[in-house]
Amino acid sequence: MTISIDQQKTNNESLQPKGWLRYFSFSLDHKVIGIQYLVCGFLFYLIGGTLASAIRIELASPMSDFMPRDVYNQVLTLHGTIMIFLWIVPVVNGAFGNYLIPFYVGARDMAFPRLNAVAFWLIPPSGLMLVASYFVEGAAQAGWTAYPPLSITTPQSGQIIWILSVLLLGGSSIFGGINFIATIIKLRRPGLKLMQLPMYCWAMLGTSLLVVLSTPVLAGTLILLSFDIIANTGFFNPVLGGNVVVYQHLFWFYSHPAVYIMVLPAFGLVSEILPVHARKPLFGYTTMVFSIMGIVVLGLVVWAHHMFTSGTPPWMRLFFTIATAFIAVPTGIKFFNWVATLWGGKITINSAMLFSCGFIINFVFGGITGVALAQVPFDIHVHDTYFVVAHFHYIVYGGTVFIIFSSIYHWFPKVTGKMLNEKLGILHFIITFIGFNLCFAPQHWLGLNGMPRRVAEYDPQFQFVNQVSSFGALLMAISTIPFLINVFLSVRNGKNAGDNPWNALTPEWLTSSPPPVENWEGEAPLVEEPYGYGKEISEQK
Amino acid sequence: MTTLDSSKEIQKNNSEVNETHEDFRMFGLITFLIADGMTFAGFFAAYLTYKAVNPLPDGAIYELELPIPTLNTILLLVSSATFHKAGKALLKDKNSDSQKWLFFTAFLGIIFLICQLFEYFHLPFGLTDNLFASTFYALTGFHGLHVTLGTLMILIIAWQSRSNGGRLNSQNMFPLEAVELYWHFVDGIWVVLFIILYLL
Repeated sequence: MTISIDQQKTNNESLQPKGWLRYFSFSLDHKVIGIQYLVCGFLFYLIGGTLASAIRIELASPMSDFMPRDVYNQVLTLHGTIMIFLWIVPVVNGAFGNYLIPFYVGARDMAFPRLNAVAFWLIPPSGLMLVASYFVEGAAQAGWTAYPPLSITTPQSGQIIWILSVLLLGGSSIFGGINFIATIIKLRRPGLKLMQLPMYCWAMLGTSLLVVLSTPVLAGTLILLSFDIIANTGFFNPVLGGNVVVYQHLFWFYSHPAVYIMVLPAFGLVSEILPVHARKPLFGYTTMVFSIMGIVVLGLVVWAHHMFTSGTPPWMRLFFTIATAFIAVPTGIKFFNWVATLWGGKITINSAMLFSCGFIINFVFGGITGVALAQVPFDIHVHDTYFVVAHFHYIVYGGTVFIIFSSIYHWFPKVTGKMLNEKLGILHFIITFIGFNLCFAPQHWLGLNGMPRRVAEYDPQFQFVNQVSSFGALLMAISTIPFLINVFLSVRNGKNAGDNPWNALTPEWLTSSPPPVENWEGEAPLVEEPYGYGKEISEQK
Repeated sequence: MTTLDSSKEIQKNNSEVNETHEDFRMFGLITFLIADGMTFAGFFAAYLTYKAVNPLPDGAIYELELPIPTLNTILLLVSSATFHKAGKALLKDKNSDSQKWLFFTAFLGIIFLICQLFEYFHLPFGLTDNLFASTFYALTGFHGLHVTLGTLMILIIAWQSRSNGGRLNSQNMFPLEAVELYWHFVDGIWVVLFIILYLL
């Protein structure tokens, strides 16, 4: 059976609001939804960043003098949850995925436009609910992992709102994942082969597989946890005969793949940005595809490396150490491919390129500490210390958030038709890069010397290093200012970008900027070589 | 060129571009059912782990009887077959036959739920009695929720496949096929649940 696109669209679009109002509507246009995801995520990033600043202010002195201890716990829980579930996952999947994937597969929209809009509109209410829980009876205090028995014994209302909010966000994520899989596999333009797709499609396909396979397990786990909190059952409550380790297994079965859900799309985005600004084809396309799929498979079987101190039996430690170390292989392949893409290229130093290079540097550092953490003896030494915090932020901030900014600099001309100011962009990069490394590099040392994470107070001997870290956090907070100024100025009176300011070859640049409602005036172009940069030059000669 | 808010462009696009694409709603549904299946997989994994490592405390009661769940298994398997019959009838445009089979399927679903509730009321343990009791109620309850939703959907498509004025016919089979796939999925989960919870 076939569906006529024509019939479906005419009804919808006559009802859609026009102009900027459409960003506040239940729009079915994938480009509008992508921008909705991005702006909504960025607002939550500002909230989460404010909370992070509060944490760093508190940690500037060894005593808990800036806020009471239970408030500190709430702040760190909200910071983690907001940053992961409301900023990184929605933006790096939802925002860029929705904006770019239909272009890349040569479609006029996502496979299920209504489901797409539903997936987005689940996010703002659940995010607001999460933030509002602070004002009810105090927000959740058990960290973003919500480990029982802590999550069962802390005040209930905040924890229940947290669970409800994360369930809704998980639902949104699953709907998005289903949509991406269907779009990439089924909605490809006739004649476009899988191995001709831009790398971001492969990254999103892998990510969506992880979302569909692992997020439901988290949902089930949180439902059981809420039974423990509300109905007095004992699934995870040792007092009632339950088993806390089962929670940890189920939780990390989602939450380790969640790291790949956050970082694989960034791998895809950087693979789009580097070839354009280095004027070279992406090095090792096929190996890139296989390493993404390798990471997807391996990513599902490494979760227990988060639990080496939870009484895991030796065989489990052995298996999960080896499996985790194996992930370094596909990740290393990708890293060398990016470096090889840059090697000998005609590199333009602009904000997008700088943020991508910053990503490569930070990510290799976070990757190395990741391999170190996979080794049981070392992991037991630094478990639940600031070393883990540093590693995690090197992957998720130094990796993914750098790529989010890089992508904003790269695709802003396509979305608005205006260029961003390069000077402000480079200033943004310099402050972010210095601030980030100043904030998180010292935390490795803190962790190795035994400073525990998630505690408001610490041994006074760590004060100086913590203050260095807090100063770095201050720089990171300041770095947002040139970025926001840049965006506001450029939207109003930026230089006109034209349709293809970077002379890129991927399909989204082959339409006007900003693109028309159904992406192309006529038929979608067939792009068989999205990275054919070398050829382009030789043909010109 | 800002064509986004010009309605003329949209008109033009719509009149010029008249493409068709394959129907992949079923593909989306299958992906969703895989996700749903993973929720159950998580529950089953938790239950099996409890069984392996958490002994039943002294004096705790956790005993299950086989007759009712066996009857329930038969009910669901038969209902899968009757649903299939409904689909075949609709394909031949025999709407009233299809409707009869659908109502019969929904009836079997309701009987299943009644039997399930009867079992709940006669079991010697409650939700919070012990770990296994809690897991039992959580698993069967979550499955029962799926059966409830399925039954409601069957009633809706039965109403929609009425002869005059119904939306479903041999040209528009998707709603029936979708609910049928979902129903088979729920049956399959029950069989696994029956084996793991009652037989193991």
